[in-house]
Amino acid sequence: MIMKDMILDRIKKVPPSGIRKYFDLINEMKDVISLGVGEPDFITPWNIREAGIYSLENGHTQYSSNAGFIELREEISRYLSRKFSLEYNPVDEILVTVGGSEGIDAALRALVGPGDEVIIPEPSFVAYKGCTGFTGATAVTIPLKQENQFKLTAQELENAITPKTKVVIIPFPNNPTGAIMSREDLYQLVKVLKDKNIVVLSDEIYCELTYEGSHTSIASFPEMREQTVVINGFSKSFAMTGWRLGYACGHRDLINEMKKIHQYGIMCAPTTAQDAAIEALQNSEEDVAMMAKEYNRRRRVMLDGFRKSGYSSFEPKGAFYVFPNIKSSGLGSDEFCERLLLEQKVLVVPGTAFGECGEGYVRACYASSMENIMEAMKRIRIFTDSLG
Amino acid sequence: MSEILEILEILEKNSRATAEEIAVMLGKPVEEVKEAIKKFEEENIIAGYSTLINWDRTEREKVTALIEVKVTPQRGLGFDKIADRIYKYPEVTACYLMSGGFDLTVIIEGRTMKEVALFVSEKLAPLESVLSCATHFVLKKYKDKGTIFEEKQTDRREQIFI
Repeated sequence: MIMKDMILDRIKKVPPSGIRKYFDLINEMKDVISLGVGEPDFITPWNIREAGIYSLENGHTQYSSNAGFIELREEISRYLSRKFSLEYNPVDEILVTVGGSEGIDAALRALVGPGDEVIIPEPSFVAYKGCTGFTGATAVTIPLKQENQFKLTAQELENAITPKTKVVIIPFPNNPTGAIMSREDLYQLVKVLKDKNIVVLSDEIYCELTYEGSHTSIASFPEMREQTVVINGFSKSFAMTGWRLGYACGHRDLINEMKKIHQYGIMCAPTTAQDAAIEALQNSEEDVAMMAKEYNRRRRVMLDGFRKSGYSSFEPKGAFYVFPNIKSSGLGSDEFCERLLLEQKVLVVPGTAFGECGEGYVRACYASSMENIMEAMKRIRIFTDSLG
Repeated sequence: MSEILEILEILEKNSRATAEEIAVMLGKPVEEVKEAIKKFEEENIIAGYSTLINWDRTEREKVTALIEVKVTPQRGLGFDKIADRIYKYPEVTACYLMSGGFDLTVIIEGRTMKEVALFVSEKLAPLESVLSCATHFVLKKYKDKGTIFEEKQTDRREQIFI
């Protein structure tokens, strides 16, 4: 038997992550300042960690119900209502998942298969395309543009929709561009989407990290509520990446089917993390605000640094990434990143890792100490000057 | 107003942050930040710039003691007059008026325990209004001014992750 031949083509066709090379390079290097990370540098606030410890001390080591502890789902429901005017019934409209990623996977598996099309704005988080590929559905990408501040426009969306379109992914605040969509921006999309047989998968994992105005969920438009599944989680907002905890909210019929996928594939999200998450939602507002404030300062410092090096960057207003245009360097994304790493020991991620249209851009993460960011910006300046 | 107070938040964490850096962090003109800092200094809101040093890790011996002091308040002057007599000693690094079982917390730094003990017995205790002193020596500083003194946290994150 040749194992390779046994594996489904549609699985093999999904390309591995485009950053393999950099893993190998950094493993041999010392003193690299990495702006290539994709998670907070803050440790989970102490009260949340302590709640996890208490959970273990009290012997909460069994399964929870498949959908997650009802207490947690109630807290999620209250949180979404309080912060984003979203109303979900904790009993049958909320599913606690292993990170936001599981929610994305389960939603796509429940909704699409061969012959269906999933619209994915790019550059964006790589899992959308990957998970779409696993289902056998076709990913239809929309290249977002810097001149539109990497927002998705109604026209672009309209042009991408075909009779086969089943799901549209709306990933804002966006990784890697840092773009956000205001209520007005979203309303333009709502006009295109309402009354169509298209489900919106709104990935709002970076919702707490919005630096201008406050985050709006597309599901908060009454006409969109039924046809939207909201993906969210604790990783970015509460600095809980390693806990692996997220949630999906939407129409009870969809959540019910996603729950089946979750039940057979996962059983339930880790109970220690669920107990900690209850504390996070009850008592961490101040910590969340403190982190967002600190990121905002770093955001300005990094943006200023890239601009002073001569790169035109649009101002990212969400998440914790800057996505500068590096075309003026005369280098391609990949070459820029590789040389910057080898010559100045600063790691940024080529924009192409997030879709072909990311060519000419790099992603730099400002979830790093101010000291590191300032030093990295100095080195990027030296690197740029050396290019002449 | 709260935006202006953010300047203080930044300086409290890092007094070496320059006006230029703070201006970038807050998205404000440098002049405005400089102006604000100058005003804070004039109004003694910024009362000084110091560095947090973990002396335990140097070869220099340093002893810190916390002294609970009970005093008799003076008519018309309350505790301020006697506090003033106490905090003027250069050995006193901090002095707080307290609620509860005693009146003043006095923090003393000296080179040796003996030096601190002598200060208490020869200078502090004999003061007329001082009724009693209870001296507690600090054995180890774990955390000071919001900073944990143990080994710095290393960054354990995956260096590249998308």
